[in-house]
Amino acid sequence: MPDDDAIRCDACPVLCYIKPGRAGACDRYANHEGQLVRVDPHVVLDKALSRGSSVVPFLDREHEWDGNIVGSTFVTAIGAGTTYPDYKPAPFIISSEVDGVDMVTVVTEGIFSYCGVKLKIDTDRYLGPEQNVVRAQGEPVGHVTTSEYGSQMLSLGGVRHLTGGSRKEGNVTCDTLLNLCNGKAVELTVDEGASVVVQAGQPPVVDDVREERMRVGCGSATIGMFAKQWFGKVDEVVVVDDHITGVLSEHQAGKLLGVLATGIKMKGRRSTPGRYFQVAEPGTAWGGTNIEDPLSILLPFSRKTAWAGLRLLMVSTTGEQHAYFELDEQLKPVEKQLPDALRESVARIKENCEPALCTVLFMGGAGGSLRAGVTENPVRLTHSVRDALTRVTCGGAPVYIWPGGGITFMVDVSRMPENAFGYVPTPALVAPIEFTLKLDDYKGLGGYVDQVRPLASIMPDEGRRHVSARPENPWPLGPAQPRGSDS
Amino acid sequence: MRNRAQIGLLPDGRRLYLHDGPIDLIIQAFGPATQIQAAYRAATQRFVTVLDELCSELTILRQPFRGDGPQPTGVVAKRMAYAVAPYASQTFITPMAAVAGGVAEEILEAMTSAADFARAYVNDGGDIAIHLGPGQQFIVGMVERPDRPSLFGSAILDADQPARGIATSGWRGRSFSLGIADAVTVLADRAAMADAAATIIANAVDLPGHQGITRRRACDLTPDSDLGHRLVTQGVGGLTAHEVATALDAGEIMAYSLLHAGLIRAAALRLQDETRVVGAGREGLEITSNSGSLVNA
Repeated sequence: MPDDDAIRCDACPVLCYIKPGRAGACDRYANHEGQLVRVDPHVVLDKALSRGSSVVPFLDREHEWDGNIVGSTFVTAIGAGTTYPDYKPAPFIISSEVDGVDMVTVVTEGIFSYCGVKLKIDTDRYLGPEQNVVRAQGEPVGHVTTSEYGSQMLSLGGVRHLTGGSRKEGNVTCDTLLNLCNGKAVELTVDEGASVVVQAGQPPVVDDVREERMRVGCGSATIGMFAKQWFGKVDEVVVVDDHITGVLSEHQAGKLLGVLATGIKMKGRRSTPGRYFQVAEPGTAWGGTNIEDPLSILLPFSRKTAWAGLRLLMVSTTGEQHAYFELDEQLKPVEKQLPDALRESVARIKENCEPALCTVLFMGGAGGSLRAGVTENPVRLTHSVRDALTRVTCGGAPVYIWPGGGITFMVDVSRMPENAFGYVPTPALVAPIEFTLKLDDYKGLGGYVDQVRPLASIMPDEGRRHVSARPENPWPLGPAQPRGSDS
Repeated sequence: MRNRAQIGLLPDGRRLYLHDGPIDLIIQAFGPATQIQAAYRAATQRFVTVLDELCSELTILRQPFRGDGPQPTGVVAKRMAYAVAPYASQTFITPMAAVAGGVAEEILEAMTSAADFARAYVNDGGDIAIHLGPGQQFIVGMVERPDRPSLFGSAILDADQPARGIATSGWRGRSFSLGIADAVTVLADRAAMADAAATIIANAVDLPGHQGITRRRACDLTPDSDLGHRLVTQGVGGLTAHEVATALDAGEIMAYSLLHAGLIRAAALRLQDETRVVGAGREGLEITSNSGSLVNA
């Protein structure tokens, strides 16, 4: 069957001819700009199988299954659900009994062309100005959102990058989201900022430096936490921090201990005693600033308050950078070896800094608005789907449903099966999504209770519960939890 | 091609998953463990050659069915031909309209021949073959769109009633539709029959010539489609309540004619949040619609 731009797929004996931008009969293989690509719209089941060994320990993928069912696993109670490609209208929900309640599960995959990811990158290092463009392979894929609690937040994807820009921008965005969601490393650059390699569950690599630790707190908080341990071992401590640099002798914690004033003068803007903003420019050096030499944020010591021999510790909020000085006769700081007594406190700062990680939250929408006008009481219908009836999981992982309109959810991709995401050349991401609801609840909606017999009356010997092998995830068909709760 | 097919249990440890090329089956049998094991083994053994059998006569299966034309020889292909034959004299239909149901039927029969169990289903992407032992029952929920996860109704299949097949067709589905129904779900005696009937009824839910409906030639989308140059639905714009009712009327008339001919037992037609139910209400065979207090009132 000749067709100029169609390609022939030889993945199976159907031998489909596939036009550009379309998929074959299986919906697994597609013609993407003349190339045969595997798009896996059916991925949820394949992935369910591929992670079978972790979820269902008996299923050994290395060996072809011989039809035997291991007895100990043939006890699960929840037998409802199947899959179909996106928009496949299909009734295939066979309910069975869980604790006397009929449950149904719709296992499907969504094609998400408006989706995005939110990145939390645990680092104080400066990635770039807020609102600046984040690029992958030179294409804009998102922007710097904000910095919160020692982490840098980036927002990638969304409809404007996926489908609102050039074709290349859309494809690169899709590729970036896909890789991030599937746990692969992606290099991003921020305009007027740093380059950062991001991978879910791994430390970020900022300008080729691998981040190890999250800071224990801001500079001021660090003073508060460690003042007692420093007292008597050192005369002055400066905790260098891009946000709030702390100074022991001026800080409330130091005052309470009776630390003598040193008259230290800091660059930047004093907020309250012992707390300084903007001692330097943001950067990827000491404490998220741009300084390589800590002394550059100090002004000269005054003879009125300082003294020769004054012991000064400068340390970053993660303890990764530190330097110890003593003032000479001219009150000039001279770097000396860090005394053992202080070495311990620096180590403790480090120890209290948690491992720096990148976390990737996939953000998708499951279409929210049930069109009004046909059903008698659309509000009740909408509310019941959103609030009461339906639990949404993503590859079995719990999701947070953002309140408000629609069904917009976030899921931590590291709690999902590996390679749970696929894509279609639209470009859009393909992700598994499951909807679970109590048959009872849904009957309550329409009032057909009298027409449904509980299966318990038919199959009283069934109904033992399967326990998921992923302990961090609540079992998707388990007892209902408040909407928005995570675990 | 045993190496090509994927065979495994789903993570719940109870459902068998079989995949080969475009075929995806979810299977579950209920009964004694030893019988289920035998049934699953039989399903697997039968499954691994099904796709090759079908592909060996794909050319015939993609032609409009003719009683006096060349007949397919494969067991599954014959099930498909049997299911579409009643429609062939009046309308365009190829055996491919019943391929999913035909496969589901065949695998279910392999299971029931090999083992003795209470009940089972073989679900081929929404086209389902059902086995019910005495006194058994399945409750099936109906969903029109996975992105709007509400059940628009449910169907009860009871051992006392003859329906053993369920199928759904609609323009959003994996297969092309000539009509505009979001979903037409059919209960029939056999899965392949339900599959063919759902296609026919979904094609009938239509508003010919309506400007808000996007249609394209099937061959422009899929060069080897059995639908050739026929226009298939690719988009449906907002319709007025009157237009929705008109389109559903056309489908309902078709559904009633199939019901009276004994080709189906019940059907639920869904278009833009409106549902029509045909043939439900007899004991042991229920289709109920959630928004359907309108329908049933």
